[in-house]
Amino acid sequence: MSVVIPGAALPHGTPDPVTPRQIPHRGGEANPSVEALRAQFGEVIGRHDVMWGETCVWIDAARIRDVVLWLRDDPSQQYDYLVDVTAVEHRDLDLPMEMVWHLRSLPYRRFLRIKASLPMAAELEVPSIEPVYKAANWLEREVFDMFGIRFAGHSDLRRILLWDSYAEGFPLRKDFPLRGRFSRSEQLSQALSANPEAKYSMEELSIADAFHELPADMRARLGGTSTGEG
Amino acid sequence: MATTTRTLEVELATQSLGPNGELRRVPLTATPDGVVMPIDLPPGTEPDMGSERMLINIGPQHPATHGVLRLVLELDGETVVRCIPHIGYLHCGFEKIGEYRQYNQIIPWTDREDYLNSMGNNISYALSAERLFGIEITPRCTVLRVIAMELSRIISHLVWLGTTAIDMGAFTPFLWTFQERETVYNLWESWVGARLTTSASRIGGMAADLPSGWIDGLKAFLRSLPKTLDETDRMLTRNGIWVGRTVGLGVMSASEAINYGLSGPMLRASGVAYDVRKDVPYLDYETYDWDIAVGTKGDVYDRYLVRMEEMRQSIRIIEQALQRLPDGPINVDDPRVILPAKSKATSEMESMIHHFKLVMEGPRPPIGECYVATESPKGEKGYYLVSDGTSKPVRWRIRPPAFVNLSAISKMAEGHLLSDVIAINASIDIVMGEIDR
Amino acid sequence: MGLTPATKPSLVSYDPPSQDGWVTTRLEFLVNWGRANSLWPMPFGTACCAIEFMATAASRFDLARFGMERMSYSPRQADVLICAGRVPFKLAPVIRRIYEQMPQPKWVISMGACASSGGMFDNYAVVQGIDTIIPVDVYVPGCPPRPEALIHGIMMLQDKVRQQRSISDQQQYEEITIDPSSRFYIPAAQIDELSEPFGNSVHQTRSAP
Repeated sequence: MSVVIPGAALPHGTPDPVTPRQIPHRGGEANPSVEALRAQFGEVIGRHDVMWGETCVWIDAARIRDVVLWLRDDPSQQYDYLVDVTAVEHRDLDLPMEMVWHLRSLPYRRFLRIKASLPMAAELEVPSIEPVYKAANWLEREVFDMFGIRFAGHSDLRRILLWDSYAEGFPLRKDFPLRGRFSRSEQLSQALSANPEAKYSMEELSIADAFHELPADMRARLGGTSTGEG
Repeated sequence: MATTTRTLEVELATQSLGPNGELRRVPLTATPDGVVMPIDLPPGTEPDMGSERMLINIGPQHPATHGVLRLVLELDGETVVRCIPHIGYLHCGFEKIGEYRQYNQIIPWTDREDYLNSMGNNISYALSAERLFGIEITPRCTVLRVIAMELSRIISHLVWLGTTAIDMGAFTPFLWTFQERETVYNLWESWVGARLTTSASRIGGMAADLPSGWIDGLKAFLRSLPKTLDETDRMLTRNGIWVGRTVGLGVMSASEAINYGLSGPMLRASGVAYDVRKDVPYLDYETYDWDIAVGTKGDVYDRYLVRMEEMRQSIRIIEQALQRLPDGPINVDDPRVILPAKSKATSEMESMIHHFKLVMEGPRPPIGECYVATESPKGEKGYYLVSDGTSKPVRWRIRPPAFVNLSAISKMAEGHLLSDVIAINASIDIVMGEIDR
Repeated sequence: MGLTPATKPSLVSYDPPSQDGWVTTRLEFLVNWGRANSLWPMPFGTACCAIEFMATAASRFDLARFGMERMSYSPRQADVLICAGRVPFKLAPVIRRIYEQMPQPKWVISMGACASSGGMFDNYAVVQGIDTIIPVDVYVPGCPPRPEALIHGIMMLQDKVRQQRSISDQQQYEEITIDPSSRFYIPAAQIDELSEPFGNSVHQTRSAP
């Protein structure tokens, strides 16, 4: 029976982890992966920061997939576990929006936070890391749903928590009011007419190629494409 | 790290075994020569039998989806070709509302997202917020939080056990497990006043200290719980129907499980011994003597065994914690976060001002961010808090283990039968409140 | 200035001007008794209240005493829709459709604060009370309500059922009329009014400190 045991890549005799105490607000030992990243990628890696014992490194957003692929596959890094993908928009309008990735290396017992700044004026798009970690599939969809950040190369970038035709915008943006943009009756009216179960999206049908052979009522229910019958 | 294996030998009463003794899960067909063979269904192709595929919708209102989950299944007969989950039917804007609440006011929301593990979520959030504030909690609070989190883990697994058994047709364990939950509800109620949505923790401590007699109540529960677990174990673990319905289903290999971001019993059943309590410890978990339950094959049966064993290990941890529970204050003596005692607040000026500021404005952390991971019954639960120095967070992110675990259901359900999908769905231990937030 | 005690309604109210016959009232009593004591619930459980509903159905509080242990997950066979939990806007058409699929006579219990008024979720995502979507008979407050509170609500519903003029008054079985464009059954202005925040909630939409 082969069990994957975390910490297997650490040198023999490394003490087991303990509950951290008296963690400094700033400063402390940075994750060694930061230096390794700088050696590998050079200019792509920006500044880094150690906050409450966690290392955070800023990188150029366009290169995230290369960085993450190297972090996963390099034998000295082995960041095999994607913990989280999220975004932060600050209240201060001068600060850019930040994409945040949390990575964990089970063999080395390390945790790394990677951030990329997305200026608000530009198009909010970053490469998707779904080809590297399957866990990114839904996590990126949620970031798209809540913030409107698009992920290039994602296999199925749709809204996940709200319905596809949700018209009010992206809820976690700071300019989105807490109670929504429309009046309650308008929100309810839109929700009641959205009726997400009435349709099956085309991605869900592997017989999409045979669309013209479907019965007429099923074609009508799918909607969106012409049936060719008036 | 020492590991021990337990091998269970079971005899199946089912006829559907293949030539090598393995269970048949894929429907069979016969070639024109009369050779019986399984149907191989690569995705996207039509089988030669000329059958039509059915599109079935399960949910969002359905007894066996454990919440408002919608599964769209493409079936070929009874075999699932594709399974697409749709979520969001319980999306209630938790993370948005967290930006409009003070740090202590967020605690009731942590109850409601994973509502089966409410005390665990409260404490998980408090740990994250305390790190953001730079506060160390008292020794009594540390041990008490361990007891609370493990109790919360036990009752969450009890619900999982009851509802999974009822999905597979075994109705009685549901009643047994809910009866055990009622005992813990009494404990919760006497401690914090609420049965389910406890809101028990505060930044820097807990809402209240234990009432007298609570420990005796807990000890009585710890005496009765193993009997219920043994009874359920006797009923299910070697039961031919149970084994037949769970073995070999929804298998995730270790590398797949890690890549899909699975955590908790889902990951451990696939043979990856990653438990946040051991690998990124908090609340002194490394000082307790307990084991991680790890499965071998990563199927539904292994997940069941892992969760049963986790409950027993939780009992072990609680017993050790009870022995070392120290006296002392439950809340840290820090006027920046903890309300002063009422007697002081009404007599001392400084305390009154602190009280006023804490209630009206709320505690304010330094600028910064942190992510503290804890082991919830579903998996790695963490709260990522970003602060800009004001009393309300800039970002309150919940890392939802059940959300990431559920995304693997498309992979797990392919090739299985329709009734197996229910079993696989049950084995993920989803809570839609956490998934949709 | 004390509370006026609620008058316990009699099982059958005899109303002379309506000219009901003796047989009709006896029959109504029988029908109402049967309906009240075997209300098959349709548990529309979404969140935490669903767990308390399950606890009410379990051994300690036991809904079987009320004839309600047979949960009907198919709305076609259900009498009372118990909406246990918060209903986000994405779920609104679902609960409307479930309600429409239930045959008459049907009742609705709104269990919990979120189903009754949106609860603590006064934000963009949650319906501020399911009574904006479907008509509700009994509201059970609580977050979540204790099983005793739910049972109290169920007993109130049973009282209501026993009072109804099930045979003589056929108007009560009429379905709600839905406005086809907006899909509401009450005017939009009333929905807005019901969803307005009040009291402390008015101040809780500020993100700044």
